[in-house]
Amino acid sequence: MTKAFDKALDWLPALGLFVALVVMWQLAVTQFGVREYLLPSPASVVGSMFSSEINWIGHILVTGWAILGAFLIAAVGGILLGTIIAWSPVMSRALMPFLVFVNVLPKVAVAPLFLLWLGYGILPNMLIGALIGFFPVVINTAVGLLQIDEDMLDLGRVFNAPKWKVFAKIRIPNAYPYILSALKITATAAVVGAIVGEFVASQAGLGYVIITSQSSMNTPLAFGALVWISVLGLLLYGAVAVLSRVIAPWAENQEG
Amino acid sequence: MKNTIELDRVGMVYETASGPVEALRNISLAVGEGEFISIVGPSGCGKSTLLRVIAGLRPMTSGTVLVDGTSVTRPIPKVGMVFQAAVLLKWRSVLDNVLLPAELAGLNPHKFRERAIELLHLVGLEGFTGKKPNELSGGMQQRVALCRALLLDPPLLLMDEPFGALDAMTRDDMNLELLRVWGQETGGTGRKTILFVTHSIPEAVFLADRVVVMSARPGEIADVVNIELDRPRTVETRATADFGHYSLQIYETLTGQMTGDNSRSAQTLS
Repeated sequence: MTKAFDKALDWLPALGLFVALVVMWQLAVTQFGVREYLLPSPASVVGSMFSSEINWIGHILVTGWAILGAFLIAAVGGILLGTIIAWSPVMSRALMPFLVFVNVLPKVAVAPLFLLWLGYGILPNMLIGALIGFFPVVINTAVGLLQIDEDMLDLGRVFNAPKWKVFAKIRIPNAYPYILSALKITATAAVVGAIVGEFVASQAGLGYVIITSQSSMNTPLAFGALVWISVLGLLLYGAVAVLSRVIAPWAENQEG
Repeated sequence: MKNTIELDRVGMVYETASGPVEALRNISLAVGEGEFISIVGPSGCGKSTLLRVIAGLRPMTSGTVLVDGTSVTRPIPKVGMVFQAAVLLKWRSVLDNVLLPAELAGLNPHKFRERAIELLHLVGLEGFTGKKPNELSGGMQQRVALCRALLLDPPLLLMDEPFGALDAMTRDDMNLELLRVWGQETGGTGRKTILFVTHSIPEAVFLADRVVVMSARPGEIADVVNIELDRPRTVETRATADFGHYSLQIYETLTGQMTGDNSRSAQTLS
């Protein structure tokens, strides 16, 4: 019981600061009479988050699916590419220049093209998110697979173990912590990608809500959408964090 | 006595960016079955490389290596290896780490479960089978590594400074432990032949039937010392006059080999 209490105590400073900031924000807005279209009060933001003036659930689902899709495409694609790079030096030499090129490209600039090719809808938004998020997964997967103790490989060589077995038994589990820490980056990148896609062109989603509420000066609504986006982002990030604790508990101490 | 290992004028040169480096030169040595050989020498004398050449993990550039009469040209499954770091798989339990060689060799690990538990019992880790490596001390981790090396009952055990990273007291314990296991763990095929690399002279003398003293750059055999101390060896063995004489003799051989820069590392050897 005391352990749980101590843990709760760890959260106290952050919680205290949060509450203090919200109270100050609320007071500043009411005391100085800041107009709502410039900065809505926390109370009106919360009010707008649950107001029935727009179909929140619909928009949250559209953006949520885009984020999840982006994340999964980036994760699966990244892990596959990273594995190919680690498996074959020839493939590594062939692929790396392209990957570096894609990485330095400002992905946001490609968004209009994706819309041009794929039309409106959720798919281009997913792909933009995936494009932003996949590079760290590729690199970390390859590094995790290749960065291994030479002695550990000798262990496999002594028994003439086939390459796939060394991958399955030693290299892949060794790469888990690397992959999972990349997936945490990808989780945030997927959110950015999905929202950018919705900014460029869309008829639904939280990014769409922000754009339309800006043009109609409905700032509380924009803030409400912002909070919902953060909630989605936190949920995905939290899911990855839990996954990494389950799959690679030995890495937790190292990461801190 | 039958020879398990025969090294005949083994040499190894490897290429580096700054030209070829001669790691081993003209190494000839015959090791009998069930013999315990320590190899001692300064850092960079190629003693670790020699172990890997014998295991077929690194190619030699001249000479021949025979293990059980067969020429070694690629990795041979007759060896168990223990390294300076325990190199356990952090995601596996102690028992599953010990079973790894069976899986890598394409054997059914279930058939080796009993033997794995038996080995862990032998080194006093029967209560730790389900623990993860990071829950174990350094000495315990090396015991697990030793069990792993013994799992498939290899006739030859190659140990590369296995206790070099342990504190002095744990190290002395592990030396006794190793001799005890070596005496007991015959696996039905007789005593294992052990090649034990170390840079500690007392450790080399305490363990071995013969100590191979190597010099550095290129790695050559400077001397082979027969250690005629009674077995089983105990804590008291270290206090005997003979033990001191052997240690001094090897120390002098090693320091005699060294000049200039190397004299500093000679002091660390004592």
